[in-house]
Amino acid sequence: MKKSIASFALSMAWILLSGNALAQTSKEPVQGIVSGNVSILFQSYQEDSLIGAVVPPSKAGFNAFSNINYNQGNFSAGFRYESYLNSVLGFPGRFKGSGIGYRYARWADKEKGVDVTIGNFYEQFGSGILLRSYEARNLGLDNAMDGVRLILTPFKPLVVKMLYGKQRLDFDSELINGDGIIRGIDFELALNDLIPTFADSKLKITPKYSFVSRFQEGGNIVKDTLILELPQNVGAWDYGVTLQYDMWKFGVSRTEKINDPSADNGFIYKQGEALMYFLSGNIKDLSFLLQRSTTDNMSFRSDRDLLLFDAPINNIPTITKTHTYNLAATLYPYATVINGESSFRGELYYRLKRGSALGGKYGTKMNLVFATSYSLDTTHLSGVDAITYGYERNSWGFGNSLNVQDISLEIERKISKNFKAKAMYMNLRFNTLATPVTTDFKGIVYADIFVLETQIKTAKRQSLRTEIQALLTEQDKGDWATIVAEYTWSPHWFVSVIDQYNFGNPDESKRVHYLYGSAGYINGSHRLSVGYGKRREGIFCVGGVCRAVPASSGLEVTFTSNF
Amino acid sequence: MIYRNFKPLLLVKNSIILLFFISLAVGKTSAQTIPSVNIKDLYGSTVNTGELNNGGKPIVICFWATWCSPCKRELNNYMDYYQDWQDETGVKIIAVSVDDSRSTNRVAPYIMSSGWDFEILLDQSGDFKRAMGVINVPHTFVYNGEGELVWSHNNYAEGDEEELYEELLKLVD
Repeated sequence: MKKSIASFALSMAWILLSGNALAQTSKEPVQGIVSGNVSILFQSYQEDSLIGAVVPPSKAGFNAFSNINYNQGNFSAGFRYESYLNSVLGFPGRFKGSGIGYRYARWADKEKGVDVTIGNFYEQFGSGILLRSYEARNLGLDNAMDGVRLILTPFKPLVVKMLYGKQRLDFDSELINGDGIIRGIDFELALNDLIPTFADSKLKITPKYSFVSRFQEGGNIVKDTLILELPQNVGAWDYGVTLQYDMWKFGVSRTEKINDPSADNGFIYKQGEALMYFLSGNIKDLSFLLQRSTTDNMSFRSDRDLLLFDAPINNIPTITKTHTYNLAATLYPYATVINGESSFRGELYYRLKRGSALGGKYGTKMNLVFATSYSLDTTHLSGVDAITYGYERNSWGFGNSLNVQDISLEIERKISKNFKAKAMYMNLRFNTLATPVTTDFKGIVYADIFVLETQIKTAKRQSLRTEIQALLTEQDKGDWATIVAEYTWSPHWFVSVIDQYNFGNPDESKRVHYLYGSAGYINGSHRLSVGYGKRREGIFCVGGVCRAVPASSGLEVTFTSNF
Repeated sequence: MIYRNFKPLLLVKNSIILLFFISLAVGKTSAQTIPSVNIKDLYGSTVNTGELNNGGKPIVICFWATWCSPCKRELNNYMDYYQDWQDETGVKIIAVSVDDSRSTNRVAPYIMSSGWDFEILLDQSGDFKRAMGVINVPHTFVYNGEGELVWSHNNYAEGDEEELYEELLKLVD
């Protein structure tokens, strides 16, 4: 591995040198561009028995990375240097040491319709339900591909993507890939460009087809009295179409996967399937989105034995809205039940016009979101079939067990030149058995959440923003309140303070204030912030998986820069 | 084969070698231009970001998401001034949504209800965001009429639009 990085460094340098030499001989030399970014996160820890914060042996955590990209004409190359010395609390503890975790070289010739990448790359086919390699660096999630990708545009309306590679699983002073080999191909056709008479039509039709296969060495497993052979090649495919007419859009996709016994599904040999469709559009000032999906046994990983955040090949989108207010976003974040769920989302957006009786001088915006997810409609099998196939799905409809129901109404209004306000009400039913975000309560949490946000311009380029939030529930940890105050001096400075208070905890000794203050300086694309206080234990959920972050107390310094 | 002797700091050394060769190869680097990535617009057409232009007038690229409150505050505030800025500087604002498959379908109804006149691009897989080195949103970039990066700003606070406006005025003087 180390040798390969050394030779990679040298070969890249060689390409750069020869690229530059070539450029210099052409009429108009294409100059190279270096760009990149840096991110540093430092946390020091103090013990706080009240909130359960402990101090790790290294007393502090340090995560940093820097991407450096070089681009010259059609050629680009780059790498990411990463450091985990040691990783901050809540990150995968196995992320260790410093080294290069991502490196690539790419040649993209737009005119000829050829785009080839060697080394690492991120890719997504369609909605990502078949293949989505991506990164959420602040969550420690990175399943970058490592191999070769070829994107061809043989004629303009058709784009074909082909890839072959392994997937990032871990980092220990160098990149560590997962076990499986991923092969994939994706076709997307812009039908309008194919048929000249439709070229200027407002109706756009885009059919898609993707195929992805994983190879992993098999062997036999023993289940009860049966000896079963594991499939070594697991293929999955997805086809669908998107229709767009002006701002109206409809999409449908159907996904299938052959049997893929895995740690996620309890090593059953059932096929995976998914059906998703959506419609969005507008009628005058009312716009809407309706979305329906059923996913059945669609967990797909580079390694059938892995779980949670490790090496997912695909991503099943979560049905609920991504909330931004602290109490709505962090206490009960829903994550897709990856073994299967049936879900629906409906959203309405309405704008009351400026100057109307109800809209006020500046207009008023309203947003209503209803999202729900249930178990699948299934029948459990018996005998040998139960061991091999587990269950049978009766329909694409809803099962009996509620996973989540999230209804929220948001109203936003500018009241005067210097004063804006936003109010939100949310009604939540959350099954902690479906998304295990807490160990204190098992069952359905019924909660009402109220938020009032205001923003006042106090002087030229200065403003004060406040949030008052309450979450009221009889279950789990009881009632919470959060207060946020943030003062900004544009364009450089900010200070903020947040207090989360678990005032209704049934256990009086746990009625704790989590107070956290921070201040920061921004200069163009560079940003430094320093914070101090208590951080509640919490859950990060991304694409159907959650990871617990322990409570901590202490200092946090972050620096990000883009160059 | 000679690298067999390199020991614990091998990776660091390789990075330094790499940087050294890059600087050697580059010599003089030019100003940053918009990198070339294929992403979709709101109408489902593919747009090559390297070909974004505004006929010699400035371009502002704002990275945002439907779940990002400061991003929405920023773009809603820009919308209040957009007509005036266009009259004075000819600027075009391109709002690039980094919403992923969970929320990308929310972009169109949100835009319609907000009455934004900006050009909207959907960077669902984050390719453009990565090519631009964006770590978190909002992140705003200003390109002059020649397509060269002249200003960028991470985060948004009320009043930042005044600084942006001053930057735009510099480009037309």
